[in-house]
Amino acid sequence: MNGFQWDWAFTWEVLPMILSAAKVTLLATLLGSIFAIFMGLVFALLRRSNSRVLRTSVYWIVEFIRSTPLLVQIFFLYYVMPEFGISLSPLATGVFALGLHYGAYLSEVFRSGIDGIEKGQWEAARALNLSLIDTYKDIVLPQAIRPMIPATGNYIIAMFKETPQLSAITLLEMLQIAKIIGSENFRYLEPFTLVGILYLVFSVAAAYGIHQVERRFPKEGFSLK
Amino acid sequence: MEFGEIVSVLLQGAIVTIEIVAMALPLAVMMAFSFGLIRLYAPAPFKQIAIFYIEFFRGTSALIQLYWIYFVLPFFGITIDAMTAAVMALGLNIGSYGTEVVRGAIQAVPKGQYEASIALNFTASQRLWRIIMPQALVNMIPPFGNLAIELVKATSLVSLITIGDLTFKAKSLADTTLQVGEIFGVVLLFYFVIAQCLVFFIRRLETHLSKGLGRGGIHS
Repeated sequence: MNGFQWDWAFTWEVLPMILSAAKVTLLATLLGSIFAIFMGLVFALLRRSNSRVLRTSVYWIVEFIRSTPLLVQIFFLYYVMPEFGISLSPLATGVFALGLHYGAYLSEVFRSGIDGIEKGQWEAARALNLSLIDTYKDIVLPQAIRPMIPATGNYIIAMFKETPQLSAITLLEMLQIAKIIGSENFRYLEPFTLVGILYLVFSVAAAYGIHQVERRFPKEGFSLK
Repeated sequence: MEFGEIVSVLLQGAIVTIEIVAMALPLAVMMAFSFGLIRLYAPAPFKQIAIFYIEFFRGTSALIQLYWIYFVLPFFGITIDAMTAAVMALGLNIGSYGTEVVRGAIQAVPKGQYEASIALNFTASQRLWRIIMPQALVNMIPPFGNLAIELVKATSLVSLITIGDLTFKAKSLADTTLQVGEIFGVVLLFYFVIAQCLVFFIRRLETHLSKGLGRGGIHS
């Protein structure tokens, strides 16, 4: 077996293919995080609802989503939804699964962020006769967002690192491309190592970016207008 | 296929899943403690190695690590079976997150405890094992519990390197019987039950360890 040696020529040959697949990975992460933030807010607000039944059922839904594997959820959505007449592409299914899974995690972040706002702020908003929507929009969220940034960012990075699982439903993202290249050439060393390094580079860069965003954010909150 | 048959096939898969958890969890805890302590207390070159291990395994995906160990190591003449690759990849992956749990919990022990144990002339190892660790352990349990659940979830990845775990059995049953709804529904439920059992044991462990520390251990 001559696989001992790192083959640079092969590396340069496969790098462009893997980089073009990185676009799919990043697109899935971007769409997935937008959907996850949306779902997270929905779950978090439902858990603050006045109806006890609604609160408890959302709690168990979130708990269920969080304690079952993403891969099985992906399979479930990909194979079971068509039975109900909803056929989605691998990318759409992936975005949906990632968004739902990380939305469940993010709902806890948002919930504790909103709970972290002092009671006096809520009381003052009530005293000033602000509507519920205005209270959230102008009082609560502007103060709650900054402390939520690090945890939200970490979950988005975690989501990014789970995108290879979408290869299981034939999405041609980085790892899937690397696997195909590997099986065609009987050389897995370079493609898999490249993908690993790219993930490392992207996630370190993203972690730095999140830190910068948090630092730039005004501590005292900001206006959402 | 009868529903009962489906459940019995899936149960076999669930046993494999539980076996992998049972082997990978001790590895993860061992890695977490050894590298967590190295990261905190060891001299420079060892500390750098620990940081490299932690950053590498936390910065890349579990699935890539699994593929790397399973597909790439044979090229270096190290051929390992799928099961060993799975336990190694998952143990090392979850262990790297665990190092930060160990480090955080040790650093969260109030500084006065260190100072008091120095003032009382304890040796360095007595300080760590008799004073700091018993208090830090209690702080570690909840985050370790979350990691254990992450581990259970991550075991589903091993189905992609042909191990007959719960997810693998589900996928192959689904391909042959096309009863996808029941199969994946049952599988999700199985994982949920396994995770909830873990949560239950972790709560018990937390209550047990916090006895005698003079603080409320369990928050329900």
